[in-house]
Amino acid sequence: MKARVFITLKNGVLDPQGKAIGHALNNLGFHAVGEVRQGKLIDLELAERDEAKARARLKDMCEKLLANTVIEKYEIEFSP
Amino acid sequence: MKSAVVVFPASNCDRDAAVAIEQTTGKKPAMVWHADTELPDVDFVVLPGGFAHGDYLRCGAMAAHSAIMRDIKAKAEKGLAVLGICNGFQVLTEAGMLPGALMRNAGLKFVCRAVGIEVQESQSVFSRKYENGQQISFPVANGIGNYFADEETLDRLEGEGRVVFRYAEGDNPNGSVRNIAGILNEKRNVLGLMPHPERVCDPLLGGTDGRILFESLFESLS
Repeated sequence: MKARVFITLKNGVLDPQGKAIGHALNNLGFHAVGEVRQGKLIDLELAERDEAKARARLKDMCEKLLANTVIEKYEIEFSP
Repeated sequence: MKSAVVVFPASNCDRDAAVAIEQTTGKKPAMVWHADTELPDVDFVVLPGGFAHGDYLRCGAMAAHSAIMRDIKAKAEKGLAVLGICNGFQVLTEAGMLPGALMRNAGLKFVCRAVGIEVQESQSVFSRKYENGQQISFPVANGIGNYFADEETLDRLEGEGRVVFRYAEGDNPNGSVRNIAGILNEKRNVLGLMPHPERVCDPLLGGTDGRILFESLFESLS
């Protein structure tokens, strides 16, 4: 089973990188761009076939290593 | 006082820390590799600056789960003094030994210069030879040194006298919330700070304000 984990900064946590990207887009003439927030995407292959079990394992991975939950939140997505 | 300095892959301030310790205490620290499972019998350990594991995933995230950190965490709970400098501070927050997190500098740039610091708290084994309110200068060298924690945590840190070092007003190099440069854990035996005291322990290097930190430890733990 293939999984994709999205890691982004929590709402309210300042994102200077996102701000810089937004600023650069503006400089390139993309003036209709509002706030920009950036994050990470991690693709994983799992031996587990049961989605509920895989989700529980991934949650554990996110809490222990993949995300720093002081500043980041995560979302898990599966593809066949 | 017996001490150790942990060496992670891509630590780069480990030898500076070792020299600072030897110069102030007269005794060489043990250099301990990150994959070792047990610290030697020491009173004090340094997690040095650098870019452990290439800063992969997040600064300090990999190092926080290294074999030696399990032993350090267990011993810190029993009172071992742990000093995390720069990358070492990041490792301590990632390991859950200190609250909060270090984020990218507000100005996005790597900042490498001397900054003004105010000592806020001399009630610790790391700072007893400083005076409250003392103005000192340590160099910083970080790109991810922007300290962040939620308001409740910050209030608690301040209320419990756990903010040991603050950037001088107007000299905050990285956007750290409430100008925080260094904090203690609840038991006050773990200190993490972004600036580098080990780089100002010899007049030849431009200052000796950092020596006082190591002398405080020596006095407290000998």
